[in-house]
Amino acid sequence: MSGGRFHASATTPTRRHQIPEFFTAVAVWMAAGLVVATLAWILIDIAVRGISQLSPSFLIEGVEDAGRAGGIGPVLFSTMLILMVTLALAIPLSLATAIALTERVDQDSRFARNVRRCLDVLAGVPSIVFGLFGNAFFAIMLGLGYSILTGGLTLACMVLPILIRTSEQAIVAVPNEYRYAAAALGLGRSATLFRVVLPAAAPALMAGVVLSIGRALAETAALIFTAGYVARRPESLLDSGRSLSVHIYDMAMNVPGGGSRAYATACVLVALLLAINATTTLLLHAAGLQGRSVGGKG
Amino acid sequence: MISTQKLSISYHGRTVLRNASLVAEPGKVLALVGPSGCGKSSFLCALNRMTDLLPGARVSGQITFDGQGIEEAFASPVELRRNVGMIFQKPNPFAMSIRRNIELAVREHGRHSRSDRQRIIESVLRDVGLWDEVHDRLDHSALELSGGQQQRLCIARALALKPQVLLMDEPCSALDPIAADRVEQLIRSMRGQYTIIIVTHNLAQARRLADHMAVFWICEGVGEIIEYGETESLFRSSANPLVTSYLSGRSG
Repeated sequence: MSGGRFHASATTPTRRHQIPEFFTAVAVWMAAGLVVATLAWILIDIAVRGISQLSPSFLIEGVEDAGRAGGIGPVLFSTMLILMVTLALAIPLSLATAIALTERVDQDSRFARNVRRCLDVLAGVPSIVFGLFGNAFFAIMLGLGYSILTGGLTLACMVLPILIRTSEQAIVAVPNEYRYAAAALGLGRSATLFRVVLPAAAPALMAGVVLSIGRALAETAALIFTAGYVARRPESLLDSGRSLSVHIYDMAMNVPGGGSRAYATACVLVALLLAINATTTLLLHAAGLQGRSVGGKG
Repeated sequence: MISTQKLSISYHGRTVLRNASLVAEPGKVLALVGPSGCGKSSFLCALNRMTDLLPGARVSGQITFDGQGIEEAFASPVELRRNVGMIFQKPNPFAMSIRRNIELAVREHGRHSRSDRQRIIESVLRDVGLWDEVHDRLDHSALELSGGQQQRLCIARALALKPQVLLMDEPCSALDPIAADRVEQLIRSMRGQYTIIIVTHNLAQARRLADHMAVFWICEGVGEIIEYGETESLFRSSANPLVTSYLSGRSG
């Protein structure tokens, strides 16, 4: 009777749900596992092929025999210089833009929307195009030539869209309660921004900077036309210099027998990225800026 | 003494409060009661010009402070807010240490030596009864405190600027009953030292705390003050039948 039917319909749905439930779980875990495995594979592959070439002297010595001998000292040095130029321009510029977009103009104004649209377009431009632009504008028009400065400025243009968008999101994510509380305590607009909003946004702002450093360190195409690939140690910012990624490209593609050296350089690059990541996490932790939560504990 | 004459507030052209006139006497507690959406919080925000921060808000009418218009009495909104503190419904300490929460505004408003600041911190924390609970962890994050402690820290933070007036927007409503009771005791202990204007939905609390009371009501879709007077006499009898039935708990 109806009682029996009721019983049946109460049990079958659970069993009917259990099987798809199981497969969904397996599929999701497998997908996540595949991602981790791919990353692990790449890292292990680089480490296995490159680590035998690594030594303290490899990090210091100059490039010899087109890279087949010697080390990557000047390359490491050039990379750091390029990165410094990039960040020195990109951080202040993008922070200021993000503040303008969030705190100064109406979020939904035509101006803010247009700036955001431009940034989205800019973020989608291939890096080789940035390289061509950097070459035409910084190297030729402004007469900076193939140099660390040209390379750094070009990379700054390239990371600007990501850095502005992440900074903007970091600032917007600061709860409005903080702004009201600061205003109610008689803090002016600038004091509110610098003493309350930016410190609260600092962890997320740093995350954006780390992301940009990653992009900048990984960049090859935009640098070949701008910073060039002279493997000597640059004397000034106006000298050409070769970045780690360009060195890897050159070793792997242009220098017969440079393969293992390319892998060793890749090891250094990956280690550098991991170190920057870890340092940032540590710094933020030390500053007590992790885990911002509003509302009491009980 | 702070008073308003024919104060009206609108957001994006829609009036939420009109012709609000009342007086908050020095050292007394004034409670603003009434149903939701009748402009009590907006009224409070107009008093320290927090309405400047709210998009589309427009305030008309007069606000006077000791007989002077607030524009003449205070050079800027910043100056005004130093003298008229505000406590919000939800405790909103900054994600910084307890010490820094209090120091921040103090530092911004004048030169104090380190020992001066330490003295201010201790005295305001004692005022809100938090000193014994937190004196050994002043450098811990304020977010580690319970909700009630956070709210008292927010009050301490406001007191550190030595304001004359405190505006409180339902300061107990986000707290559990015991924490709410502590905050209420604190407000009672501050009577006489500060002019306090408190918005509350808790009529019993208004009766316990307030010397005077203003009843807000929605008339034809717009908030108005329909009754103002001494708390006890209003609870005993009001000429307005709406007020009588609201205060006796039969409506609202």
